[in-house]
Amino acid sequence: MLRDRKQEYLTALILVGPFILIYGALFVWPTIQMVLLSFTKAPLIGAGDWVGWDNYVKILSQKLFHSAFWNTAWFVVLTVIPNTLISLAIALAVNRLNGWLQGFVLACFFLPYILPVSVVFLTWNWIIDVQYGLAQGVVALFNGGEPKSLTRTIPLFMPTVAFVTVWWTMGFNILLFIAGLRNISPEIYEAAQLDSAGRWRQFMRITWPLVWPVTVLVLTIQLIAQLKIFDQVYLFSIGGRQDATITLVQYIYKLAFQQNKGGEAATAAVLLFGMIIVLSVLQYQLLRARGEK
Amino acid sequence: MSAEALSGSQAAVAERSRRDRPLDLVGIVLTAITLLVALASFFPIYWAIITSVKPDGEVISGSNSLWPGRFVFDSYIHIWNNTNIAIWYVNSMVTSLVITVLVIVSSAGCAYALSQLDFPGRRLIYVLILACFMVPMQALIVNHFVLMAQFKLLNTWAGIILPQLIVPVVIIVYKQFFDSVPKEFREAAMMDSAGHFKILFRIYLPMNWGVTAALGIITFIGAWNAFLWPFLAATGEATMTVPVGITQVKDAYGIVYGKLMASAVVAGLPVAIVYLIFQRRVTQAIMLSAGVKGVTRRHLDTPSWFDRLTMRATAP
Repeated sequence: MLRDRKQEYLTALILVGPFILIYGALFVWPTIQMVLLSFTKAPLIGAGDWVGWDNYVKILSQKLFHSAFWNTAWFVVLTVIPNTLISLAIALAVNRLNGWLQGFVLACFFLPYILPVSVVFLTWNWIIDVQYGLAQGVVALFNGGEPKSLTRTIPLFMPTVAFVTVWWTMGFNILLFIAGLRNISPEIYEAAQLDSAGRWRQFMRITWPLVWPVTVLVLTIQLIAQLKIFDQVYLFSIGGRQDATITLVQYIYKLAFQQNKGGEAATAAVLLFGMIIVLSVLQYQLLRARGEK
Repeated sequence: MSAEALSGSQAAVAERSRRDRPLDLVGIVLTAITLLVALASFFPIYWAIITSVKPDGEVISGSNSLWPGRFVFDSYIHIWNNTNIAIWYVNSMVTSLVITVLVIVSSAGCAYALSQLDFPGRRLIYVLILACFMVPMQALIVNHFVLMAQFKLLNTWAGIILPQLIVPVVIIVYKQFFDSVPKEFREAAMMDSAGHFKILFRIYLPMNWGVTAALGIITFIGAWNAFLWPFLAATGEATMTVPVGITQVKDAYGIVYGKLMASAVVAGLPVAIVYLIFQRRVTQAIMLSAGVKGVTRRHLDTPSWFDRLTMRATAP
């Protein structure tokens, strides 16, 4: 029996070993290092002096951090809410369709989601191009016929990138909503039809309450994902005024790779990390509170 | 639960209510609107493809015709001859495939141990995996960069691969499925004095083949599409991956959209093909990884032609 136990431990070690190696070296250690680094004044590569909370005080009072924070928050608002509402509407529409039509329509919405971000960037950059872009026709409607660069005009930058992001990522949310809608038993609708409830009433009384858990899931997944935004914003702001449209991860990138301030970059990373943990815990509480109801 | 997984009576009810519904005007209008919006959503992809096969003159003439006057593949020939796209392709293929294999193998082993074995530190490891969900990998870029620089791994395949091996969701999904395998299978195998490795590779993995296929595909797509880390880790043109490399495609005259669209099409092609072949698996994997309830084992067990082909090779 004792030999069996020993053997089991050995097997476990062999199976878990690679995981421990990978996660230890590339997750646990970097996380510890990140926190330690945030208390030092260090270049990106190399040792630095311990400065206590100095970096935190400095960053929290820095204007650029504030604009990074508010830009990120603005981006989150611009993407999460429209994305959720549009995805739900599309999921409802797609769910009504049958057969190959449903597959085709779903593929149209989902295909963008699996494309690399740079493909999305190149495609949309071409569409909104000042000189030859297709979208200039639309821009002209609002702008008195003048062509306009949507990504170099600061107030239009975030809405434009948010629009592209919604187009790019909504396939994911549509899918989750469809899964949620299919979970609703058709018998409930049968019963509602017998009670001669109209479409709108059916939606408000049956669909909406039953699809609410998925909505919470979709909202929180997006919220956390958009806080970490980098790729699109970086790509669309190449050559533009990066500071005006900076987001939190770009701020970390700027400190570390453009200004060689490893310590301060780590501090900013810890702050982002903190925000995401707070949101994750809130999400957990929200989901649990709902589960108990 | 999706349509396939609905119980017989429910499906029958759904079918009946669908057929009984009169062909009303509202329904037709709604369907038409849905179809239009879907086509509008697909349009940017179409536009990129169409632009890539137009002659340069037509692209910048501003005519914006929806169909090219003449199909030419000059843009593709140009990027093939004038950029390192072939090397970027090799880099992307190698790194994405290695990431996929390593993630799947290490996660399956770890999940089996967590699910079926009793050993000290088991709970701690599970908590660690859950914690991994919360830590944004984007926050760790600085430390990953320092680590890779210390080991002189920047601008190498290993440097691009290593930080991308952290995919906690694969372990969690595997563990859930391994937990739900009936204990009798394991006990019976134990009677035949099969070791844990044999049980894992001959019973647990083949039984969950659908899960493996779904997770593998989604890991591959994720690795192929990754931008931030490969962008930091590969600064030389020779080590870039496709998504990073194509942002470098420029011309002596500046931005030439025909060529840019050709590179975009080439970069998106592998994932688009993977998606079109494995459509159902990709969507299942997404639902699994988001933790949506109702993606059942039954659901994943209906093998596609690809699964049947590969299952034959691995079946006990």
